[in-house]
Amino acid sequence: MVLVYTESEEGTFKKIAHEAVSYAKGIADMMGTSVTAVSVNGGNSEELGKFGASKVLEISNDKLSKFNADAYADVVAQAAKKEGASVIVLTSSANSKFMAPLVAVNLEAGYVANVTELPTNTSPFQVKHSVFTNKAFAITEITTDTKVIGLGKNAYGLKENETTATTEAFSPELASEDFSVNVVSVDKATDKVTIADAEVVVSGGRGLKGPENWGMIEELAETLGAATACSKPVSDMGWRPHSEHVGQTGKPVASNLYIAIGISGAIQHLAGINSSKVKVVINNDPEAPFFKAADYGIVGDAFEVVPQLNEKLKAFKAQNA
Amino acid sequence: MKILVCISHVPDTTSKINFTEGDTKFDTNGVQFVINPNDEFGLTRAMWFKEKQGASVDVINVGGPETEPTLRKALAIGADAAIRVNTPATDGYSVAKQLASVVKDGAYDLVIAGRESIDYNGGMVPGMLAKLTDANFVNTCINLEIEGDNVTAIREIDGGKETVSTKLPLVVGGQKGLVEESDLRIPNMRGIMQARSKPLTVKEPVAVSPETTTASFEKPAPKGAVKLVDNVDELIDLLHNEAKVI
Repeated sequence: MVLVYTESEEGTFKKIAHEAVSYAKGIADMMGTSVTAVSVNGGNSEELGKFGASKVLEISNDKLSKFNADAYADVVAQAAKKEGASVIVLTSSANSKFMAPLVAVNLEAGYVANVTELPTNTSPFQVKHSVFTNKAFAITEITTDTKVIGLGKNAYGLKENETTATTEAFSPELASEDFSVNVVSVDKATDKVTIADAEVVVSGGRGLKGPENWGMIEELAETLGAATACSKPVSDMGWRPHSEHVGQTGKPVASNLYIAIGISGAIQHLAGINSSKVKVVINNDPEAPFFKAADYGIVGDAFEVVPQLNEKLKAFKAQNA
Repeated sequence: MKILVCISHVPDTTSKINFTEGDTKFDTNGVQFVINPNDEFGLTRAMWFKEKQGASVDVINVGGPETEPTLRKALAIGADAAIRVNTPATDGYSVAKQLASVVKDGAYDLVIAGRESIDYNGGMVPGMLAKLTDANFVNTCINLEIEGDNVTAIREIDGGKETVSTKLPLVVGGQKGLVEESDLRIPNMRGIMQARSKPLTVKEPVAVSPETTTASFEKPAPKGAVKLVDNVDELIDLLHNEAKVI
């Protein structure tokens, strides 16, 4: 049985929950078994059936209203034991990565993170995962009876697989040790697309000359429904908040489209955005290393190209809406 | 407060990544090794606790003798003592088990590790270590304050940050934000001289069976050349009709 943790926010499943179920179904098919989803104060369980879950363990508990890695890991481990799961699928969200090692130790399960595709083999159980910050892949065998897999960001996509999901209320035993790290406050912009969830990311670099010029980046992002990001020097100089810094020591980006504006493309930056599917670069320096890593490029002045692009995209969106 | 900082010995970020022995081993030929950047932010924060709150700071690595220069660099930055567990770092679980044994023997109050190493990117050692030593755990930590046993930390979450409170003993998965880039220290001559006489203890490993084994490595398929376009109409057309991302 393949168990999948389905992440939700305020009673709605996230897109990565759908992706994780799609992926879990792919593994279950390889192994000739079924998928059970674990939903903590989650959304409508029928949704998960659409992507291949045949059973949903529904946990409804006020103590779990805020994410808590110890408690959530305990819930997933108890669900895995109850269901006799041989594979547990988690994602690469900040919360998943926080709890995955705790789940793995609890279940004495081998854990591999950043998995990029379905297992290459299920006996022995081998998975491909990205290493060296996206500069290479490794094929790794998990040798324990129970396996924990962290699916890479945007690695599998959504695959519909209409299944009728039965639901079952599940009340795990929570211990006081599960609540020894407590959330005091959360500071989160709810009106903005996050870099982690974004399908499109618009990113600006030093070529924009100053924080006062970010208006056009934000406008372009709004047109595209994109998240805004920046290069390391831009966050180091305080032009933009650290939370927007993408790259090796910043946030990783795995969007469908990444638009780099006025970013030269230092190797540390490229390492962090490499798993984006399509990369566009706009830079006035044709020698900028980013052009070697990009799919499409415009050599030109960002201050001319970006407003033009925004206007034309608005017209395009209006036409194709 | 006794602090242990975990130091991964990793290829410099600009290194060419190649594999050898039939793509089963990382090719270290010509590669410069450094302190894992996420660990260096933690080490620098530990120095602050040492200087302001009188903490002691040990550093540790699980690896062969070739990792000692990286540990010496951490000593030159200001750590008091170094420990090397003399065994190759096979998988994340084995490393966590080796570290757990040292943490239990040394009765450390706080362990700071990077949220992930920039080579294998597993991001599992800090969490596993916390679980194996019954310590509290805060991952992707960008701010850490400790008074007595009380800990206030800020961790990065998707789309924002959250403040958490907990108590020692604690394991932290740290990253940039624990200190800023401009706070990082380059060892000076005095530090380097002192580091030579600081203790570097080699410990023999405890028996552990790895849970995962890497069979081989692959490099991504070479990327096609960039398509340069002259105007934004052409770009929009390509993104829509060819790349199908808008």
